[in-house]
Parts: sequence; C-alpha cells; structure tokens
Amino acid sequence: MGLVSRGAAEAGRGAASAVDRPGPPDAVPNPTPTPPAEGADPGSSRSPGMVLKAFFPTCCASADSGLLVGRWVPEQSSAVVLAVVHFPFIPIQVKELLAQVQQASQVGVTVLGTWCHRRQEPEESLGHFLEGLGAIFSHRPWFQLCRERGSKSWSCKATHWQGPASPAASGEDQVMLIFYDQRKVLLSQLHPPTALPDRQAGDTTASAGGLAAVFDTVARSEALFQSDRFDEGPVRLSHWQSEGMEASILVELAKWAAGPVCLFLACLLSLISAASACRVFKLWPLSFIWSKLSTCEQLRHRLEQLTLIFSTRKAESPAQLMRKANMLVSVLLDVALGLMLLSWLHRKDLIGQLADALIPVADRVAEELQHLLQWLMGAPAGLKMNRALDQVLGRFFLYHIHLWISYIHLMSPFIERILWHVGLSACLGLTVALSILSDIIALLTFHIYCFYVYGARLYCLKIHGLSSLWRLFRGKKWNVLRQRVDSCSYDLDQLFIGTLLFTILVFLLPTTALYYLVFTLLRLLVVAVQGLIHLLVDLINSLPLYSLGLRLCRPYRLAAGVKFRVLEHETGRPLRLLMQVSIACILPCSSKGLREPG
Amino acid sequence: MEDEQSFSDICGGRLALQRRFYSPSCLEFCLSCPRITLRSLTAVTCTVWLAAYGLFTLCENTMILSAAIFITLLGLLGYLHFVKIDHETLLIIDSLGIQMTSSYASGKESTTFIEMGQVNDVVINEAIYMQKVIYYLCILLKDPVEPHGISQVVPLFQSAKPRLDCLIEVYRSCQDILAHQKATSTSP
Repeated sequence: MGLVSRGAAEAGRGAASAVDRPGPPDAVPNPTPTPPAEGADPGSSRSPGMVLKAFFPTCCASADSGLLVGRWVPEQSSAVVLAVVHFPFIPIQVKELLAQVQQASQVGVTVLGTWCHRRQEPEESLGHFLEGLGAIFSHRPWFQLCRERGSKSWSCKATHWQGPASPAASGEDQVMLIFYDQRKVLLSQLHPPTALPDRQAGDTTASAGGLAAVFDTVARSEALFQSDRFDEGPVRLSHWQSEGMEASILVELAKWAAGPVCLFLACLLSLISAASACRVFKLWPLSFIWSKLSTCEQLRHRLEQLTLIFSTRKAESPAQLMRKANMLVSVLLDVALGLMLLSWLHRKDLIGQLADALIPVADRVAEELQHLLQWLMGAPAGLKMNRALDQVLGRFFLYHIHLWISYIHLMSPFIERILWHVGLSACLGLTVALSILSDIIALLTFHIYCFYVYGARLYCLKIHGLSSLWRLFRGKKWNVLRQRVDSCSYDLDQLFIGTLLFTILVFLLPTTALYYLVFTLLRLLVVAVQGLIHLLVDLINSLPLYSLGLRLCRPYRLAAGVKFRVLEHETGRPLRLLMQVSIACILPCSSKGLREPG
Repeated sequence: MEDEQSFSDICGGRLALQRRFYSPSCLEFCLSCPRITLRSLTAVTCTVWLAAYGLFTLCENTMILSAAIFITLLGLLGYLHFVKIDHETLLIIDSLGIQMTSSYASGKESTTFIEMGQVNDVVINEAIYMQKVIYYLCILLKDPVEPHGISQVVPLFQSAKPRLDCLIEVYRSCQDILAHQKATSTSP
C-alpha cells in the first residue's frame, strides 16, 4: 500500500509538472452500457437500475484535475461533490483531512472519484494513474468526471469495481450531472434547521429526504471550506471560497460588539419593564386610564419588541432571525422619522403656532356644535319635533358645551408647555408622536363622546321600553327563565296604562332618534380620524422592511425552492441539469439565473 | 429528440405540443397557447378610445384623452406581464421531481418544482368548468401523515386547457417514467 501510494504521489507530481493535463486513454464519447453488477458489494447500497445523480459545484467546473471529495447519499443514489483536491497530494494526508472534517462536521465526507479537466490530446500515463487512485480510495461507486478544456462536452462514468481479481463483474451506471452554486445554496438556507443537541448526530440526515439532504450536506461542511488551494497546507482544495474567503469586516465587528451591547441593553430594558410592572400602576383609576390611552399601548409594544431584539438568546431559526431584523429596522426607521419631525417642528417653531391656534379652534368647534343644537331645536330638515323634549335635550347639551369651553379656557396657559413636552416625545419614535396626537384628539373631542353616550343611552332605553310595551300591546311577555316570548294575560288597567305609555314613547321616538343619529355621526367622524392615525402607526410597526430590502438586494436569501434547467444535451453524453435557487415571487421580475458553466 | 404535434384546447383554439426526449429518465413537454390576436387587440383599443372620446365631447377636457391613452398602454403591459401566458412547460426528471413552468408573454417565468418523494401519482380528472365538463391532468401529492392518502391535487396546464387527446399523450409518458421510478425505488 505504501509503495503504491508513493508511486502514485511521484506520478502525481510528475503529472503536475507537465504542462498538459492528459485525460484517460479510454475517452468515452459513447460509454457502452454494461449491465449492472449482480450482487454489488455491501459497502455501496444502491438501487440497481436507478439513475445516479452527481451534484457538482459550478465553481469547480473550471478547476484543474484532481480528486472529487464529497458525500454519497445511498438512499437517493446521489453523490454531492463539495470540493476538488488538486495534484500533487499524498493520499494519507487527504484521508487525515477528511477524517478531521468528518469529526468536526459530522458529515460523512469521502473521496468520491476523479475529476479530469484536460486539453485535446489525451495521454496514456494519467489514465493508469487515475485508475490506480480508484484502488487506493475504496469508494463504490467510483466516479470519473471528465471535461475537455474550452468545450461543453462532459463525460461521466460511475463504476462498481469488485477489485482487480474480477474485472468482468464491474458495472457502469447512467449518471446525471446536476450543477449547483455552492454559495447560493449555502446562503439561501434551504436546509432543515440544525438538529437538537439530544438527537444522535448520525441519523439527523437520514430523516432529511430528497434535496434537503443535499442542502444539509453543503450547509454543514463548513470545516471543509476553511482551507483552499492557495494555502500552504498539505492538501490543496478548490471550492466556492477558493477565490478568497468571503467575509465582511463590518459584519465581524458587529458580531463582536453585539455581545456586550446586547447584555447592557437587556439589563436596562428589564429594569424599565420591572419599574412599569410595579403595583402602583395597577390601581384602578390608573390602570383604566393606561388601558384607554393608545400612547401607553404603543410604548408597551415597543418595549416588548426591544426586549425581544436585545435578548441574549440567539435566534433558533432563520424565520426568527428575520423577524428580529424586521423589528430592529422598523424601530430604527421610527426613531429616524421622529427625529426628522422634531427638527422640522423646531425649525419652523410650529409648536408655538400650534399652541396659539388650539384655543380658537376649540372655540370654533364649540360654536359649530351650538349652531347644530339650535338647528335641532328648531325644525331640522323639515321634521316636526316634540317641542318640550326638544328644548330639554337641547338646553342640556348646550349647558354641557358651555362647561367644556370654560375648562378649555382654564387650561389655556399650560397648553404651550404641554405641547412642547409632547413634541419632545417624538424622539422616541414617530409612532409615539402619532399615538399622542390621537390621544389629544380624543381628549379634545371628549364632549362629543359624552353627547354620543347620552344620546345612545336614551335611545337604547327608549327602544327597550318600546319593545317591551309592544309585546304587552299584543298580549305577550318576555320569559326570562326560558329566554323566549310567551303569551300572558294582563289585567285591564295594566293594558290601559301600557298602551298609553307605548303611544307616548312612539310619538317621542323621532326626536330621540334624530339626536342619536346626529351625535353618532359626529362620533364616527372622530373615530375615523383616530382610525387613520392608528392605521399609520400599525403600518410603521409591522412593515417588514428588512425582508423587502433583502428581496431587492440579495434575493437568494429569501429562497422558496429550487428549479432545474436542462443544459445542452448531446446523445451519448450524460444529461446535465442546472439547479437554481428560485425566489418567492413577490415582485414581478424574472427570476435571476446563473451563467451556464463552461 | 424533439417532435411537435398540434392539438386544440377546450374553446377550439390551436395549441402546439412540443415533446423533447433528453434521456429515458428526463422528458419535457411544452404546450404553446394561442397568441393574442390583432382583432381582439384592435377591438379593445377602439372601445376604450371611443368611450374616452364620448366622455370628451361631454366634458370638453383633453385630460380624458391622454388618460385613455395611458390606460390602454398600461393595461396592455399589465396584461402581457401578469395575465397572458405564452407557453407552459412540464419537465419530468426521474428520481428528482416534476417541474412546471409558465412563461408569460412579457418573458416572466414562474416555476414550481415538486420532489419525486412527494408525488403519489399523475392522473386525468374531470371537472365542471362554467357550463362545460372538461378533463385536466393533475399531480396527486402524498400525505405526510398517511402513507397512501392524498394531501393535495396540483392541476397542470391550467391556462392552455388542452383536450383529452393531448392529455393522453402527456399522461402516457408521465406514467412510463413514474412506473420506472417506482420500480427502482421500491427495490432495496
């Protein structure tokens, strides 16, 4: 074994010094399909007659000749090639490296076959050398991929050797070449999430079926991609990192700084949430007010989001990471917009103008309401109201408005100071400023709310009374026990008084209904304005800006699946497919593809 | 190996079925839908512009005419990009899966790939479509919980809507490959 390996190493170095890269003498434009070997050796459990699939990385399509290194998945009869080991190499060192990688990543990485990237004229010596390699690295099936330099003709052979003793029993299978982009497959995270630590390492990939096994293999073989062909180590590899390790200084710095910063912020946030959860705020009047104000709601929501972002636990799945990133981006955007608003307010000194304009606006609104009530007390829209009830209700509401105006005038010296402090809260975010605006509108139109409540209560009482007396009029009663309408025999005086009251209520109905209608419409108007503001706040809160940005800049991170394309096919050559990562199509653009290798 | 046949769809329009035989385990069917005709395009454009001209004579505002031109252009572009499908392709790869691609008239392509492990069978079903009863080809997906159950039905060639003779051609070839795949996968 040692003699053979030394001889092979000499031949390898000799071949490396030669300029040409000759190919195996049995260049196979038309591989004669021999029947598959009966009783294949138990080492390779593959289904006879099934087409073998070889997943080949596109970055290795232009690499120099060498050994194919990867993982063989027997259940799908597919070989996932991860890297190419170049000449010269010493087989013992290759085996050591693979054992190290296997231990580090728990992926069964082995030597799968040989890769030959040759010029036009073949040479005899390399062919025998490559066959000799098949004897050193025992792996069945043994792949021999071959490509002519500068052309698109590939050839692929997979043999099942029984050993040099019985060459007649060797069989060849049909091979299908599938090209994949290692970088995109790695970064698209289509593989199933990392296994739980309590499961056996061996059977995690057994459960991943189909293409998930391929993605899993590539994703977990990080240890193999650490060294490349420009390193001084014993083994020279070619893979997607061989043009230079892909990394970003900013990302590394951010990762390094994220630990202490997250810890500090998490402590701060836990202090704040502990302070806000103390018993003082749970007493009845305060808790009622907190629940009604939308500002407190928004602040609580933001606090929850910030706690989630800066928690020291790492995100378990890519979906969670995306969620955290979306929240962080929305918080940053919020604060940026809030600061812009603040600078705009201060530049134009709008707060002072707003404070000056607020009292006349409130007066104007009260005046309009008074006109409205005068109109209702007259003959609104030509309807004839009941004069007594009309006057009572109208005067009641007018007095209410008078009280309200007095309170507003009482508060007027403090308005500017309050507004200034409110404007300062915009540096917490635009959403907080908008929530405060919505609360201010609610407070300023509190009298409209009160009118609505009075009108609604009155109307509700009237309707209940009417329905109950209508039942009496027909001789029926509401049975509370059985929750249904039953017949009932009333006395004559009950019927008499009931009918009288019913008549009175019916004739007073238009007045009450009109007041109810008018104040409900006013309340709806205020609610619509508040609803629009809340809609804007929700939009800023929940818009996934990070995902949208990823979709524009790095679409493969949002991969939803794969798609295949059949490359140019010549009869007698193996079938070649290109596997591309397809993106979830939110925006209407044609999906980006790869340049075909070679 | 490539051959082309012409069929008709359920409304009588002309379809072209292109079959590409790459290898015994890989087959591709491409069904081209009838193109957008000059007559229909002219009819729609004339209707829109006549309506706009009628509004213009009422309102005497030239913005209506420019708006009609913009609407026609944007509508045509949107129709070509989102609605009008040029051809639909079915690619079956033994032991990998089945892929359906719809190519729109503007060049946009939308692809769906179903792994062979999820495919239960490919069948021709009948359906009631408006006032017609039509045949359509569909893929039955396996239920992860129940081994012989069906979790989903994925219809194929939804825009082309070919008739039964075309569907039988595609069905036979699919069944050949699926039978081969089942035979090789059930053996240990």
